[in-house]
Amino acid sequence: MSFATKASAILWKDVLSELRAREIVTSVLVFGLLVLVVFNFAFDPGSGTMAIVGAGILWVAFTFAGVLSLNRSFAMEKENSCIDGLMLCPVDRQVLYWGKLAGCFTFMFLVEIIITPVFLVLFNQSLWMPRLGLVVLLATVGFAAVGTLFSALAANTKARDIMLPILFLPMIVPVIIAAVEATGIVLDGGTWSDMATWLWIILAFDVIFLAVSALVFEFVLEE
Amino acid sequence: MAQMEDIGMARRGGFWDYLVLGASFILMIAALGLVFLYVPTEETMGVVQRIFYFHVPLAWIGFLAFFVVFLGSVAYLWKRNIAWDNIARSSAEVGIVCITLVLITGPIWAKPVWGAWWTWDARLTASVVLWLTYIAYILVRSLTLEESRGARFASVLGIVGFINVPIVFLAVHLWRTQHPTTLVLKGDLPPTMLSALLVSIAAFTLLYVALLMRSVSLRKLEFEIKRLKELVSD
Repeated sequence: MSFATKASAILWKDVLSELRAREIVTSVLVFGLLVLVVFNFAFDPGSGTMAIVGAGILWVAFTFAGVLSLNRSFAMEKENSCIDGLMLCPVDRQVLYWGKLAGCFTFMFLVEIIITPVFLVLFNQSLWMPRLGLVVLLATVGFAAVGTLFSALAANTKARDIMLPILFLPMIVPVIIAAVEATGIVLDGGTWSDMATWLWIILAFDVIFLAVSALVFEFVLEE
Repeated sequence: MAQMEDIGMARRGGFWDYLVLGASFILMIAALGLVFLYVPTEETMGVVQRIFYFHVPLAWIGFLAFFVVFLGSVAYLWKRNIAWDNIARSSAEVGIVCITLVLITGPIWAKPVWGAWWTWDARLTASVVLWLTYIAYILVRSLTLEESRGARFASVLGIVGFINVPIVFLAVHLWRTQHPTTLVLKGDLPPTMLSALLVSIAAFTLLYVALLMRSVSLRKLEFEIKRLKELVSD
């Protein structure tokens, strides 16, 4: 079996268990929508500051929802000691990383592409925003790249629910900054060249942390 | 018996401990003299500018300390020698103290000069992210059951967190920046100020080395005690 087949077998396992248990996507989606609604009261989106405030609200919702869904990714492996089975798989740790990464990415991205239109409706924006889709796609790769690593790490600590955000949030600061700026430019009707710098930063983050996380992942799942 | 003497030596500190500690003490006194007696008061900022001679060296030590954490973490994961982890961990503790002091001296200086305690500028944001990352580095150890696992997890964080800092810096730099940057690098700093700064940096660097050595030998003693306890209980 090739690397990709093995990794997609792990992805398929996660998708299948999600299809049956409906544990991550539904609950995280509801949580994300709640964040949008609550922030709606914290700021006044009716004013002319939509591009700045709106972009921030969207990414706070994505970040917090992302932490929740990442937490489930390895917490569910710890239940019934599934992680032992996973680690006994006759595959390289790299395969485990890419497989779990694909799962984390799929669930986060799924939640985000449902939340985004709701956000655009609630905040009275045009519904056709392909460029926003690109920003969300790139940023989610970054979230999942470090998130998968830290989800595995946090699952093996005593206070996993609080440990993941403590590890994860400082790491994704560059992605949040760049994604909020890029989203602000899209909502404001800016051009591609305005966004280019921010997209490059997210892309660079993605490439660097996919490589680094894949390299150090084996040290997280060892015994 | 030989074992006991070794422990005694480690507790009191060896020749090098005293040498580094003594040298950093002398340099620190010299730095204080330069900062408060020799260097002229800066024209526009006034006396508050003297905090510069503590703020900049502390920031330099903070970043140096976390570079050492990074190197120690790589070496530990590679060689699996607990001594490397010991160095990384001790360096992180000293580094956190330094960055905490940077984050305290910064606002004290910024309030009268910029008119604000805090701005989300590249250096400030990078320092805060660095600080939070290494708080997590210490936390993750205390929240793991076995020591070896804690060392492994902390090392992973020591590597990933360090790589993240330049990216944070770049992102915020493109976003907005207010912090004065090039004064020292451009060579615009008057020679009196530059010499005071250099002496201060040397003093703090030696202090860092001294604290690191103390912390490392303290941890060695902890290991030794643990080993002896296990020996006795067996």
